[in-house]
Amino acid sequence: MENVVIVGASLAGVHAAEGLRERGYVGSITMIDGVSGSVADRPPLSKAALSGAVQFDDCTLRPDTWALDLKVTYRTGRSVVALDTAAGTVTLEDGHELSFDGLVIATGLRPRPAPWLPPQTPGVHVLRNRADSETLREHLLSASSVAVVGGGFLGLEVAATARSMGLTVTVLEYERSVLARVLPDSVGEWFTNVHERHGVEVRTGVAVSSISQTRTGFNVQLSNEDAIYADVVVAALGADPVTEWLSGSSVDFEDGVLCKPDLSTSVPGIVAAGDVARWPHPVTGKSVRLEHWTNAVEQGRHAAGTLLGESYPFSAVPYFWTDQFDARARFVGWVSPHHEAYVKSTGPDSLVVAFGDRGEMQGAVCVNAPKELALMRRLIDQGTLWSEIVDSGEANGDLSASHVGRV
Amino acid sequence: MSLKIILDVDKCQGYANCLIEAPEIWDFDESTNKAILIQEHPAEDLRAKAECSARGCPAQAISVVAD
Repeated sequence: MENVVIVGASLAGVHAAEGLRERGYVGSITMIDGVSGSVADRPPLSKAALSGAVQFDDCTLRPDTWALDLKVTYRTGRSVVALDTAAGTVTLEDGHELSFDGLVIATGLRPRPAPWLPPQTPGVHVLRNRADSETLREHLLSASSVAVVGGGFLGLEVAATARSMGLTVTVLEYERSVLARVLPDSVGEWFTNVHERHGVEVRTGVAVSSISQTRTGFNVQLSNEDAIYADVVVAALGADPVTEWLSGSSVDFEDGVLCKPDLSTSVPGIVAAGDVARWPHPVTGKSVRLEHWTNAVEQGRHAAGTLLGESYPFSAVPYFWTDQFDARARFVGWVSPHHEAYVKSTGPDSLVVAFGDRGEMQGAVCVNAPKELALMRRLIDQGTLWSEIVDSGEANGDLSASHVGRV
Repeated sequence: MSLKIILDVDKCQGYANCLIEAPEIWDFDESTNKAILIQEHPAEDLRAKAECSARGCPAQAISVVAD
Protein backbone atom coordinates (compact mmCIF):
# COMPACT_ATOMS: atom_id res chain seq x y z
CA MET A 1 0.00 0.00 0.00
CA GLU A 2 1.46 3.33 -0.97
CA ASN A 3 -1.38 5.68 -1.72
CA VAL A 4 -3.91 6.21 1.05
CA VAL A 5 -6.79 8.66 0.74
CA ILE A 6 -8.65 9.71 3.87
CA VAL A 7 -12.07 11.22 3.19
CA GLY A 8 -12.87 13.51 6.12
CA ALA A 9 -10.21 15.61 7.84
CA SER A 10 -11.85 15.77 11.24
CA LEU A 11 -11.08 13.80 14.40
CA ALA A 12 -11.26 10.23 13.03
CA GLY A 13 -9.41 11.21 9.86
CA VAL A 14 -6.59 12.93 11.73
CA HIS A 15 -6.14 9.94 14.02
CA ALA A 16 -6.21 7.56 11.07
CA ALA A 17 -3.34 9.52 9.51
CA GLU A 18 -1.40 9.42 12.77
CA GLY A 19 -2.18 5.72 13.18
CA LEU A 20 -0.78 4.99 9.72
CA ARG A 21 2.46 6.87 10.36
CA GLU A 22 2.89 5.36 13.83
CA ARG A 23 2.76 1.91 12.27
CA GLY A 24 5.54 2.83 9.88
CA TYR A 25 3.49 3.48 6.76
CA VAL A 26 5.67 5.66 4.50
CA GLY A 27 3.44 6.03 1.42
CA SER A 28 1.40 9.06 0.56
CA ILE A 29 -1.57 10.26 2.63
CA THR A 30 -4.11 12.63 1.11
CA MET A 31 -6.87 14.03 3.28
CA ILE A 32 -9.99 15.45 1.67
CA ASP A 33 -12.65 17.51 3.38
CA GLY A 34 -15.49 19.71 2.21
CA VAL A 35 -14.64 22.17 4.97
CA SER A 36 -11.82 24.55 4.07
CA GLY A 37 -8.65 24.82 6.08
CA SER A 38 -7.76 22.92 9.21
CA VAL A 39 -10.74 21.37 10.91
CA ALA A 40 -11.82 22.48 14.37
CA ASP A 41 -12.05 20.28 17.42
CA ARG A 42 -15.80 20.15 17.82
CA PRO A 43 -16.52 19.99 21.58
CA PRO A 44 -15.82 23.70 22.21
CA LEU A 45 -18.05 24.77 19.30
CA SER A 46 -21.17 24.41 21.44
CA LYS A 47 -19.52 25.52 24.67
CA ALA A 48 -16.36 27.53 25.35
CA ALA A 49 -15.83 28.81 21.79
CA LEU A 50 -19.50 29.66 21.35
CA SER A 51 -19.52 31.60 24.62
CA GLY A 52 -16.25 33.37 23.82
CA ALA A 53 -14.36 31.84 26.74
CA VAL A 54 -11.81 30.51 24.24
CA GLN A 55 -10.83 31.71 20.78
CA PHE A 56 -11.89 29.74 17.72
CA ASP A 57 -8.29 29.79 16.54
CA ASP A 58 -7.31 27.89 19.67
CA CYS A 59 -9.77 25.08 18.89
CA THR A 60 -7.96 23.46 15.99
CA LEU A 61 -7.37 19.73 16.17
CA ARG A 62 -3.68 19.99 15.35
CA PRO A 63 -1.12 22.76 14.90
CA ASP A 64 -0.52 24.18 11.41
CA THR A 65 2.74 22.25 11.08
CA TRP A 66 1.01 18.90 11.56
CA ALA A 67 0.39 18.10 7.90
CA LEU A 68 3.94 18.99 6.96
CA ASP A 69 5.42 16.98 9.84
CA LEU A 70 3.37 13.91 8.97
CA LYS A 71 3.76 14.36 5.20
CA VAL A 72 0.02 14.61 4.75
CA THR A 73 -1.44 16.39 1.73
CA TYR A 74 -4.56 18.39 2.55
CA ARG A 75 -7.18 18.95 -0.12
CA THR A 76 -9.91 20.82 1.64
CA GLY A 77 -12.80 22.96 0.52
CA ARG A 78 -14.15 20.39 -1.91
CA SER A 79 -16.24 17.38 -0.92
CA VAL A 80 -15.97 13.93 -2.38
CA VAL A 81 -19.06 13.17 -4.45
CA ALA A 82 -18.37 9.68 -5.80
CA LEU A 83 -16.37 6.52 -5.18
CA ASP A 84 -15.42 4.00 -7.86
CA THR A 85 -14.16 0.91 -6.06
CA ALA A 86 -13.25 -0.99 -9.24
CA ALA A 87 -11.07 1.83 -10.54
CA GLY A 88 -9.87 2.82 -7.07
CA THR A 89 -10.78 6.48 -7.43
CA VAL A 90 -12.75 9.15 -5.64
CA THR A 91 -14.24 12.13 -7.45
CA LEU A 92 -14.33 15.62 -5.95
CA GLU A 93 -17.19 18.02 -6.50
CA ASP A 94 -15.16 19.95 -9.07
CA GLY A 95 -14.80 16.78 -11.13
CA HIS A 96 -11.22 16.10 -10.11
CA GLU A 97 -10.34 12.42 -9.59
CA LEU A 98 -7.90 10.97 -7.11
CA SER A 99 -6.71 7.39 -7.14
CA PHE A 100 -5.98 5.31 -4.05
CA ASP A 101 -4.96 1.83 -3.03
CA GLY A 102 -6.20 2.32 0.51
CA LEU A 103 -9.21 4.39 1.60
CA VAL A 104 -10.39 5.59 4.99
CA ILE A 105 -14.02 6.72 5.15
CA ALA A 106 -14.29 9.32 7.90
CA THR A 107 -16.96 11.64 6.54
CA GLY A 108 -18.82 11.97 9.83
CA LEU A 109 -22.26 13.50 10.07
CA ARG A 110 -24.27 16.43 8.88
CA PRO A 111 -27.09 18.09 10.80
CA ARG A 112 -30.53 16.64 10.12
CA PRO A 113 -32.65 19.17 8.23
CA ALA A 114 -35.72 20.57 9.98
CA PRO A 115 -38.91 19.55 8.19
CA TRP A 116 -40.60 22.83 9.16
CA LEU A 117 -37.89 24.99 7.75
CA PRO A 118 -36.94 26.18 4.29
CA PRO A 119 -33.21 25.53 4.03
CA GLN A 120 -30.72 28.33 4.70
CA THR A 121 -33.16 30.62 6.45
CA PRO A 122 -30.96 33.35 7.93
CA GLY A 123 -31.21 33.43 11.70
CA VAL A 124 -32.10 29.74 11.96
CA HIS A 125 -28.96 27.88 12.81
CA VAL A 126 -27.55 24.42 12.78
CA LEU A 127 -24.28 23.65 14.50
CA ARG A 128 -21.66 21.30 13.17
CA ASN A 129 -18.59 23.18 11.99
CA ARG A 130 -16.53 26.13 13.11
CA ALA A 131 -18.26 28.44 10.63
CA ASP A 132 -21.67 27.43 12.05
CA SER A 133 -20.52 28.22 15.56
CA GLU A 134 -18.98 31.57 14.56
CA THR A 135 -22.17 32.66 12.82
CA LEU A 136 -24.34 31.53 15.70
CA ARG A 137 -22.12 33.35 18.19
CA GLU A 138 -22.41 36.56 16.18
CA HIS A 139 -26.20 36.33 16.19
CA LEU A 140 -26.38 35.41 19.88
CA LEU A 141 -24.31 38.47 20.77
CA SER A 142 -26.90 40.79 19.26
CA ALA A 143 -29.97 38.79 20.34
CA SER A 144 -31.90 38.63 23.57
CA SER A 145 -33.83 35.41 23.09
CA VAL A 146 -33.17 32.04 21.49
CA ALA A 147 -35.32 28.98 20.89
CA VAL A 148 -33.42 25.71 20.74
CA VAL A 149 -35.36 23.01 18.91
CA GLY A 150 -34.21 19.61 20.12
CA GLY A 151 -33.34 18.63 23.67
CA GLY A 152 -30.48 16.28 22.86
CA PHE A 153 -26.90 16.79 24.00
CA LEU A 154 -26.07 19.45 21.42
CA GLY A 155 -29.32 21.35 21.98
CA LEU A 156 -28.84 21.37 25.74
CA GLU A 157 -25.22 22.48 25.47
CA VAL A 158 -26.18 25.35 23.19
CA ALA A 159 -29.04 26.26 25.55
CA ALA A 160 -26.70 26.34 28.55
CA THR A 161 -24.12 28.41 26.68
CA ALA A 162 -26.70 30.91 25.40
CA ARG A 163 -28.19 31.23 28.89
CA SER A 164 -24.74 31.84 30.35
CA MET A 165 -24.37 34.65 27.77
CA GLY A 166 -27.44 36.27 29.27
CA LEU A 167 -30.10 35.33 26.71
CA THR A 168 -33.64 34.18 27.41
CA VAL A 169 -33.60 30.53 26.35
CA THR A 170 -36.39 28.11 25.50
CA VAL A 171 -35.73 24.45 24.72
CA LEU A 172 -38.39 22.66 22.67
CA GLU A 173 -38.32 18.87 22.80
CA TYR A 174 -40.71 16.57 20.99
CA GLU A 175 -40.26 13.63 23.39
CA ARG A 176 -41.59 13.47 26.95
CA SER A 177 -38.20 14.35 28.36
CA VAL A 178 -34.89 15.73 27.19
CA LEU A 179 -32.12 13.30 26.16
CA ALA A 180 -34.86 10.73 25.55
CA ARG A 181 -32.87 8.89 22.89
CA VAL A 182 -30.18 8.06 25.43
CA LEU A 183 -31.63 8.15 28.92
CA PRO A 184 -34.71 7.08 30.86
CA ASP A 185 -37.18 9.93 31.41
CA SER A 186 -36.32 10.39 35.07
CA VAL A 187 -32.61 10.89 34.35
CA GLY A 188 -33.52 13.30 31.56
CA GLU A 189 -35.61 15.20 34.07
CA TRP A 190 -32.57 15.62 36.28
CA PHE A 191 -30.96 17.51 33.39
CA THR A 192 -34.16 19.50 32.86
CA ASN A 193 -33.94 20.56 36.51
CA VAL A 194 -30.38 21.79 36.03
CA HIS A 195 -31.52 23.94 33.13
CA GLU A 196 -34.60 25.26 34.89
CA ARG A 197 -32.55 26.18 37.93
CA HIS A 198 -30.44 28.35 35.64
CA GLY A 199 -33.48 29.99 34.10
CA VAL A 200 -33.89 28.01 30.89
CA GLU A 201 -37.47 27.24 29.95
CA VAL A 202 -37.70 23.57 28.94
CA ARG A 203 -40.86 22.53 27.11
CA THR A 204 -41.19 18.84 26.42
CA GLY A 205 -43.81 16.93 24.46
CA VAL A 206 -44.13 19.69 21.88
CA ALA A 207 -43.21 19.70 18.23
CA VAL A 208 -42.57 22.69 16.01
CA SER A 209 -45.27 22.81 13.35
CA SER A 210 -44.09 25.86 11.46
CA ILE A 211 -41.93 28.91 11.73
CA SER A 212 -42.41 32.36 10.33
CA GLN A 213 -40.09 35.29 10.11
CA THR A 214 -40.93 38.60 11.78
CA ARG A 215 -39.16 41.92 11.43
CA THR A 216 -36.76 41.08 14.26
CA GLY A 217 -36.85 37.31 14.61
CA PHE A 218 -39.15 34.32 14.42
CA ASN A 219 -42.54 33.15 15.53
CA VAL A 220 -42.33 29.46 16.27
CA GLN A 221 -45.70 27.75 16.01
CA LEU A 222 -46.00 24.70 18.25
CA SER A 223 -48.08 21.55 17.83
CA ASN A 224 -50.09 22.38 20.96
CA GLU A 225 -51.39 25.62 19.39
CA ASP A 226 -48.97 27.76 21.41
CA ALA A 227 -46.49 30.01 19.69
CA ILE A 228 -43.29 31.52 21.00
CA TYR A 229 -41.16 34.35 19.73
CA ALA A 230 -37.35 34.18 19.56
CA ASP A 231 -34.72 36.41 17.98
CA VAL A 232 -32.67 33.36 17.03
CA VAL A 233 -33.64 29.74 16.42
CA VAL A 234 -31.25 26.80 16.65
CA ALA A 235 -32.25 23.48 15.10
CA ALA A 236 -30.48 20.68 16.98
CA LEU A 237 -32.38 17.71 15.63
CA GLY A 238 -29.56 15.23 15.47
CA ALA A 239 -27.32 14.39 12.56
CA ASP A 240 -27.07 11.80 9.80
CA PRO A 241 -24.05 9.93 8.44
CA VAL A 242 -22.58 11.42 5.26
CA THR A 243 -22.73 8.40 2.95
CA GLU A 244 -24.60 9.45 -0.18
CA TRP A 245 -21.29 9.70 -2.06
CA LEU A 246 -20.99 5.92 -1.63
CA SER A 247 -24.14 5.32 -3.69
CA GLY A 248 -23.35 3.19 -6.70
CA SER A 249 -20.11 1.93 -5.16
CA SER A 250 -19.65 -1.54 -3.67
CA VAL A 251 -19.33 -0.19 -0.14
CA ASP A 252 -22.38 -1.25 1.86
CA PHE A 253 -24.06 1.39 3.99
CA GLU A 254 -27.28 1.84 5.89
CA ASP A 255 -27.39 4.43 8.65
CA GLY A 256 -23.60 4.46 8.45
CA VAL A 257 -20.97 2.46 6.62
CA LEU A 258 -21.48 -1.21 7.44
CA CYS A 259 -18.20 -2.44 8.86
CA LYS A 260 -16.88 -5.76 10.05
CA PRO A 261 -15.68 -5.99 13.66
CA ASP A 262 -12.21 -4.75 12.63
CA LEU A 263 -13.75 -1.69 10.85
CA SER A 264 -13.04 -3.01 7.38
CA THR A 265 -15.91 -2.54 4.92
CA SER A 266 -17.48 -4.72 2.24
CA VAL A 267 -14.61 -3.73 -0.06
CA PRO A 268 -11.00 -4.82 0.59
CA GLY A 269 -8.64 -1.90 1.17
CA ILE A 270 -11.44 0.36 2.43
CA VAL A 271 -12.04 1.00 6.12
CA ALA A 272 -14.30 3.40 8.02
CA ALA A 273 -13.97 5.22 11.33
CA GLY A 274 -15.77 7.65 13.60
CA ASP A 275 -19.36 8.90 13.54
CA VAL A 276 -19.99 7.37 10.10
CA ALA A 277 -18.93 3.81 10.97
CA ARG A 278 -21.41 1.13 12.00
CA TRP A 279 -19.99 -2.13 13.30
CA PRO A 280 -20.99 -5.13 15.41
CA HIS A 281 -19.58 -4.45 18.86
CA PRO A 282 -17.79 -7.60 20.03
CA VAL A 283 -19.00 -7.26 23.62
CA THR A 284 -22.71 -6.85 22.94
CA GLY A 285 -22.92 -8.36 19.47
CA LYS A 286 -25.18 -5.48 18.48
CA SER A 287 -24.68 -3.26 15.47
CA VAL A 288 -23.79 0.21 16.72
CA ARG A 289 -22.72 3.60 15.44
CA LEU A 290 -21.35 5.99 18.04
CA GLU A 291 -21.23 9.77 17.79
CA HIS A 292 -18.59 10.19 20.48
CA TRP A 293 -15.33 12.12 20.47
CA THR A 294 -13.32 9.31 22.06
CA ASN A 295 -14.78 6.76 19.66
CA ALA A 296 -13.59 8.82 16.69
CA VAL A 297 -10.08 8.99 18.17
CA GLU A 298 -9.76 5.28 18.84
CA GLN A 299 -11.50 4.13 15.66
CA GLY A 300 -9.27 6.33 13.54
CA ARG A 301 -6.22 4.64 15.02
CA HIS A 302 -7.79 1.21 14.79
CA ALA A 303 -8.94 1.57 11.18
CA ALA A 304 -5.40 2.58 10.23
CA GLY A 305 -4.12 -0.70 11.63
CA THR A 306 -6.78 -2.69 9.81
CA LEU A 307 -5.93 -0.95 6.54
CA LEU A 308 -2.32 -2.05 7.00
CA GLY A 309 -3.28 -5.68 7.49
CA GLU A 310 -4.05 -6.03 11.19
CA SER A 311 -7.33 -7.70 12.00
CA TYR A 312 -8.49 -7.09 15.54
CA PRO A 313 -12.08 -6.39 16.56
CA PHE A 314 -12.72 -2.85 17.74
CA SER A 315 -14.04 -3.43 21.23
CA ALA A 316 -13.49 -0.21 23.20
CA VAL A 317 -16.00 0.54 25.93
CA PRO A 318 -18.01 3.62 24.88
CA TYR A 319 -17.27 6.83 26.73
CA PHE A 320 -18.54 10.36 26.22
CA TRP A 321 -19.19 13.57 28.06
CA THR A 322 -21.32 16.68 28.05
CA ASP A 323 -20.89 19.92 30.00
CA GLN A 324 -23.97 22.00 30.71
CA PHE A 325 -23.68 24.91 33.15
CA ASP A 326 -21.70 23.45 36.06
CA ALA A 327 -22.87 19.89 35.38
CA ARG A 328 -19.99 17.89 33.97
CA ALA A 329 -21.64 14.66 32.94
CA ARG A 330 -19.64 11.60 31.95
CA PHE A 331 -21.12 8.47 30.41
CA VAL A 332 -19.36 5.14 30.26
CA GLY A 333 -20.47 1.83 28.79
CA TRP A 334 -23.92 1.09 27.42
CA VAL A 335 -26.69 3.44 28.37
CA SER A 336 -30.17 3.55 26.87
CA PRO A 337 -33.75 4.42 27.83
CA HIS A 338 -34.45 0.67 27.90
CA HIS A 339 -31.80 -0.24 30.46
CA GLU A 340 -32.64 -0.74 34.09
CA ALA A 341 -31.40 2.26 36.04
CA TYR A 342 -30.22 2.35 39.63
CA VAL A 343 -29.58 5.71 41.28
CA LYS A 344 -26.59 5.41 43.54
CA SER A 345 -26.62 9.02 44.59
CA THR A 346 -28.34 12.17 43.53
CA GLY A 347 -28.35 15.83 44.47
CA PRO A 348 -28.82 19.15 42.69
CA ASP A 349 -25.16 19.24 41.62
CA SER A 350 -24.25 15.61 41.24
CA LEU A 351 -25.68 12.36 40.08
CA VAL A 352 -24.48 8.76 39.87
CA VAL A 353 -26.67 6.25 38.04
CA ALA A 354 -25.76 2.70 37.06
CA PHE A 355 -27.42 0.99 34.09
CA GLY A 356 -27.98 -2.73 33.72
CA ASP A 357 -29.32 -5.14 31.16
CA ARG A 358 -29.61 -8.93 30.92
CA GLY A 359 -28.41 -9.32 34.51
CA GLU A 360 -25.20 -7.34 34.06
CA MET A 361 -23.97 -3.89 34.94
CA GLN A 362 -23.47 -2.25 31.55
CA GLY A 363 -23.11 1.47 31.90
CA ALA A 364 -23.19 4.53 34.10
CA VAL A 365 -23.62 8.26 34.12
CA CYS A 366 -21.75 10.34 36.67
CA VAL A 367 -22.21 14.09 37.00
CA ASN A 368 -19.48 15.94 38.86
CA ALA A 369 -18.20 12.66 40.23
CA PRO A 370 -15.09 11.62 38.27
CA LYS A 371 -13.86 9.15 40.86
CA GLU A 372 -17.19 7.37 40.84
CA LEU A 373 -16.86 7.16 37.09
CA ALA A 374 -13.57 5.30 37.34
CA LEU A 375 -15.17 2.86 39.76
CA MET A 376 -18.14 2.36 37.46
CA ARG A 377 -15.85 1.68 34.53
CA ARG A 378 -14.12 -1.02 36.54
CA LEU A 379 -17.44 -2.63 37.49
CA ILE A 380 -18.49 -2.67 33.82
CA ASP A 381 -15.17 -4.19 32.71
CA GLN A 382 -15.51 -6.88 35.34
CA GLY A 383 -18.96 -7.85 34.09
CA THR A 384 -20.44 -7.18 37.52
CA LEU A 385 -23.80 -8.82 38.09
CA TRP A 386 -26.68 -6.36 38.14
CA SER A 387 -28.00 -8.01 41.28
CA GLU A 388 -24.79 -7.02 43.08
CA ILE A 389 -25.37 -3.40 42.14
CA VAL A 390 -29.02 -3.29 43.08
CA ASP A 391 -29.27 -5.63 46.04
CA SER A 392 -26.51 -4.54 48.31
CA GLY A 393 -24.12 -1.66 48.58
CA GLU A 394 -22.08 -3.63 51.08
CA ALA A 395 -21.72 -6.67 48.87
CA ASN A 396 -19.71 -4.54 46.50
CA GLY A 397 -17.79 -2.60 49.10
CA ASP A 398 -17.82 0.71 47.30
CA LEU A 399 -21.47 0.93 46.42
CA SER A 400 -22.73 2.44 49.67
CA ALA A 401 -25.48 4.68 48.45
CA SER A 402 -26.44 7.99 49.95
CA HIS A 403 -29.77 7.84 48.23
CA VAL A 404 -31.01 4.68 46.65
CA GLY A 405 -33.93 4.05 44.41
CA ARG A 406 -35.12 2.98 41.05
CA VAL A 407 -35.61 5.73 38.55
CA MET B 1 13.56 2.51 26.95
CA SER B 2 11.06 3.15 29.68
CA LEU B 3 7.94 5.23 29.66
CA LYS B 4 7.55 8.68 31.08
CA ILE B 5 4.23 10.45 31.41
CA ILE B 6 4.05 14.23 31.51
CA LEU B 7 0.99 16.15 32.65
CA ASP B 8 0.71 19.84 31.86
CA VAL B 9 -1.43 20.84 34.84
CA ASP B 10 -2.15 24.28 33.40
CA LYS B 11 -3.68 22.72 30.31
CA CYS B 12 -5.73 20.17 32.27
CA GLN B 13 -9.40 21.12 32.20
CA GLY B 14 -10.67 18.32 34.41
CA TYR B 15 -12.30 16.18 31.73
CA ALA B 16 -11.16 13.07 33.66
CA ASN B 17 -10.94 11.10 30.43
CA CYS B 18 -7.46 9.94 31.47
CA LEU B 19 -8.84 8.44 34.63
CA ILE B 20 -11.26 6.39 32.56
CA GLU B 21 -8.63 5.20 30.12
CA ALA B 22 -5.88 4.38 32.61
CA PRO B 23 -6.90 4.38 36.29
CA GLU B 24 -3.56 2.69 37.07
CA ILE B 25 -1.76 5.88 36.06
CA TRP B 26 -4.20 8.63 36.96
CA ASP B 27 -6.14 9.85 39.94
CA PHE B 28 -8.31 12.93 40.19
CA ASP B 29 -8.50 15.82 42.63
CA GLU B 30 -12.16 16.75 42.87
CA SER B 31 -11.40 19.92 44.83
CA THR B 32 -9.12 21.45 42.19
CA ASN B 33 -10.81 19.60 39.30
CA LYS B 34 -7.47 18.47 37.94
CA ALA B 35 -5.95 15.12 37.09
CA ILE B 36 -3.22 13.74 39.34
CA LEU B 37 -0.40 11.70 37.86
CA ILE B 38 0.22 8.80 40.23
CA GLN B 39 2.60 6.79 38.01
CA GLU B 40 5.10 8.96 36.22
CA HIS B 41 7.04 5.88 35.07
CA PRO B 42 4.52 3.13 34.44
CA ALA B 43 5.62 -0.38 33.50
CA GLU B 44 5.87 -1.25 29.80
CA ASP B 45 2.66 -3.29 29.90
CA LEU B 46 0.76 -0.07 30.57
CA ARG B 47 2.06 1.60 27.42
CA ALA B 48 -1.12 1.09 25.41
CA LYS B 49 -3.26 2.47 28.21
CA ALA B 50 -0.89 5.38 28.77
CA GLU B 51 -1.00 6.34 25.09
CA CYS B 52 -4.74 5.94 25.10
CA SER B 53 -5.06 8.38 28.00
CA ALA B 54 -2.80 10.88 26.20
CA ARG B 55 -4.74 10.94 22.95
CA GLY B 56 -8.03 10.72 24.84
CA CYS B 57 -7.33 14.05 26.54
CA PRO B 58 -9.39 16.72 24.75
CA ALA B 59 -7.21 19.42 26.35
CA GLN B 60 -4.04 17.78 25.00
CA ALA B 61 -2.47 18.07 28.43
CA ILE B 62 -0.78 14.66 28.46
CA SER B 63 2.29 13.42 26.67
CA VAL B 64 4.00 10.05 26.73
CA VAL B 65 7.73 10.19 26.08
CA ALA B 66 10.66 7.83 26.12
CA ASP B 67 12.75 8.20 29.24
